[in-house]
Amino acid sequence: MWWTRLKALIVKELLAVLRDPKGRAILIGPPILQLLVFSYAATLEVTNVDVMVLNRDNGHWGQELVERIDGSPTFRSIAFTDNQKEVRDAIDRQRAIAVLEIGPTFSREIEAGRPAEVQIILDGRRSNASQIVSGYLGRIVATLAADTPAGKRSASETIAVVARNWFNPNLTYQWFMVPNLVASIALLIGLIVTALSIARERELGTFDQLMVSPLRTHEILIGKLIPPMMIGMFHITVYILAAVFIFGVPLRGSLFLLYGSAIFYLAAVVGLGLFISALSMTQQQAILGAFLFMVPAMLLSGFATPIENMPAWLQPVTLVNPLRYFLIIVKGVFLKDIPLAEVVRQTIPLCVIALVTLSAASWLFRRRLE
Amino acid sequence: MTADERFVRISGVVKRFGKDAPALDHVDGDILGGRITGLVGPDGAGKTTLIRLMTGLMLPDEGTVAVLGFDTAKDAASIQASIGYMPQRFGLYEDLSVQENLDLYADLRGLPLVERTATYDQLLEFTDLKRFTSRLAGKLSGGMKQKLGLACALLRKPRLLLLDEPGVGVDPISRRDLWKMVENLTASGIGVVWSTAYLDEAEACDRVLLLNEGKLLFEGAPAELTGRVADRVFKISGTTGRKREALAHYLDADGVVDGVIQGDAIRLVMASGFAVPEAPTDTTGTAAQATVAPPRFEDAFIDMLGGGPGGRSKLAEVQTPFANEDGKPVIEAHGLTKRFGDFTAADDISFDIPRGQIFGLLGPNGAGKSTTFKMLCGLLKPSVGEGRVAGFDLRRDAAEARNRLGYMAQKFSLYGDLSVAQNLNFFAGVYGLSGSRKRERTRLMVEIFGFGRLLDMSAKDLPLGLKQRLALACAVLHEPEALFLDEPTSGVDPITRREFWTHINGLVEKGVTVLVTTHFMDEAEYCDRISLIYRGRSIALGSPDDLKKQVATAAYPDPTMEDAFIALVQGSEERQAAA
Repeated sequence: MWWTRLKALIVKELLAVLRDPKGRAILIGPPILQLLVFSYAATLEVTNVDVMVLNRDNGHWGQELVERIDGSPTFRSIAFTDNQKEVRDAIDRQRAIAVLEIGPTFSREIEAGRPAEVQIILDGRRSNASQIVSGYLGRIVATLAADTPAGKRSASETIAVVARNWFNPNLTYQWFMVPNLVASIALLIGLIVTALSIARERELGTFDQLMVSPLRTHEILIGKLIPPMMIGMFHITVYILAAVFIFGVPLRGSLFLLYGSAIFYLAAVVGLGLFISALSMTQQQAILGAFLFMVPAMLLSGFATPIENMPAWLQPVTLVNPLRYFLIIVKGVFLKDIPLAEVVRQTIPLCVIALVTLSAASWLFRRRLE
Repeated sequence: MTADERFVRISGVVKRFGKDAPALDHVDGDILGGRITGLVGPDGAGKTTLIRLMTGLMLPDEGTVAVLGFDTAKDAASIQASIGYMPQRFGLYEDLSVQENLDLYADLRGLPLVERTATYDQLLEFTDLKRFTSRLAGKLSGGMKQKLGLACALLRKPRLLLLDEPGVGVDPISRRDLWKMVENLTASGIGVVWSTAYLDEAEACDRVLLLNEGKLLFEGAPAELTGRVADRVFKISGTTGRKREALAHYLDADGVVDGVIQGDAIRLVMASGFAVPEAPTDTTGTAAQATVAPPRFEDAFIDMLGGGPGGRSKLAEVQTPFANEDGKPVIEAHGLTKRFGDFTAADDISFDIPRGQIFGLLGPNGAGKSTTFKMLCGLLKPSVGEGRVAGFDLRRDAAEARNRLGYMAQKFSLYGDLSVAQNLNFFAGVYGLSGSRKRERTRLMVEIFGFGRLLDMSAKDLPLGLKQRLALACAVLHEPEALFLDEPTSGVDPITRREFWTHINGLVEKGVTVLVTTHFMDEAEYCDRISLIYRGRSIALGSPDDLKKQVATAAYPDPTMEDAFIALVQGSEERQAAA
């Protein structure tokens, strides 16, 4: 009996989303957009930047440094100048992100075995990119230094650093980004689909129709919970397939663990969506509410910036964010074969969040009837 | 300016929206100065479209509309300067006070400052809103909102006033006030267009344009239309036994065009040349008498549409009868009270409904009938008192009670994106029907309501009448003992309304108990008993005839339901003022 009722509700929920052209658009548009934008466009790597060189040195080493910079694939173009005024102008108008200035005595100092200096002027307005460009330039200068007579002499005395990146040896940007997206797409779709579902019924007036039916409150909640979870699972699956077959991200861990924890993650997300939905009277309010939660949730998840970098008072806030836990699991499963114990450790908070939000939604639900 | 001057000339107007059947299909007609012209028809007939065409806000696909000598296609601005338009959902700013709304519209209409004081005075006097100038428009009653809307439309005295369904959501008393105001306006030569779905309003107009499904059925004086059924309308009183059974009998007889229940009597419209059929044989007394009754607009409308549906409901025929074993009431309300903050929406409402009866909650919008209705079907928790359905308390044994009730919400809340078949399947599932019983019941509904070819159509694309049928089908799929109907036929055409009541009457004969809310006076006549709800309180309770008798006077021996309503409300107000 209860299963007949529940099945009818689940089928209806799925049909309501799939038969509505706007609903279908939500299921197809944002996921594709997100995949394209984040995995191709929103890269954190710095390539295609323009630099300028002011070389006042006439000697061999100045020329050598310029050629090495010229040969680096990082820079799109290198402009040359011979006066300071143009340097200021180029940075000011963002024609160059960095200017390398080689002093007139550069080659002479090197030949004499004395410390030589170059100056790098960076555009502080683009702080992140500037820092990375500064790193690139610093490395080029360092290799040049190693090739100078003085550098060669001291080579045996210095410590050589050999860096090796575990889990992502070439630091491929997409290996890092695409697993993140698996988690964030489920958040996006789960929240929107759920947030709309009750608000839509309120607007249509069908909510009363549900409330006078023999469906019990918990059955309505379960019936509202399962369809968005199914849709979320579908998107997770599509993204995993895209990660492996389009972006070539290695899948080193157990899919079983990933799907197992995804159930709890989705329950937590949908619970939040139901909570938002129960609070809002119209679909507009529901969408606004969903985004009001989603934007901070993305920023406070470790998606783009590590949680450890956040101020200490803000870090506890991230504890209620389901995305934070699932990100660890997804990245772990993809890149490093995360052990069961760690997955469980991250899944328990997800269970707690799901329990709290679902109870709160159900309480709100009943209270609205008074 | 002479009366009867032709203000609007509509010729050959066609208007289409999308690929659907045209909203207006070759409509011709005139609006005269100094007259109230009724634009009459059920929802979706094309009334609002026609009004918008007259304002020049919209242009016809074919044909022309000339207003006050200007063509709407070429000179819309000149037209808009000399008309007043009150849209259906009036553009009052609910968060502004009455005065602020007037100021705003005076600014928008460019009313010179020097004229304002005099104009405001006159309009506030006229609409009787003087006491409320500082009240927020959102806090006004439905009737007062319409009056304020009218005042705003009259700020610059228009030559032509277009009113789109001014009578909706307004209690009968305010409606009469509004009507009187508009009549005064016509005396000064203003032409008025009053659109309405209420056929009794149509009767009071000087002229009517009767629209149905985008086509003009009639143009002229209402008496001219009702004249076509003169001497064919009969009131049959004194039928003993069950009046619904008797009505079904009459409707199936030869030559009966239309029949409705009117309190204890039955009203029949006969085709010309047919005599009133014999009374049903199973009635013991033979006292049934047929007297010729004055025809109404609705009688003529039905006659024009080719008559109402027959008297048999296939839905009722397949319904398993509910035995009346113990004589206990099926629906009970004991002192139901609901307070929202310091506002009492429903105050100490009690009644009970025995098996196989129709009980009506009658009252204007906002009077508290919906609140009472919602408390009884478990959607609202009463602050005080309790409601029971089939012996179960709806708050405590909710699921048990809910299995036994069918609910049809106002505006037919179906799932618009789901197809007809999916809606039926959903409601069957939610009420726990499965397997062969589910197949059997849905098949029956499809057959009875004629959904055969529409099964894959989205519910939102159905015409209004079919939506109403689908809503009824979904509500009775599980053969409920009690039916809750919230404004079940507002806005639908009279044929669909009759068909609906034929089904309900049939079900009631099988022992189904019905609670219905309505602000339609005609619909109230179908009820066995009525509770008149006004300002949160039940001010009268009894059969329609009882209520009418209470207010009958020597001068006015046969009051209508609306007369009874007005008299009872006024009586209650006087008592309250005296107390």
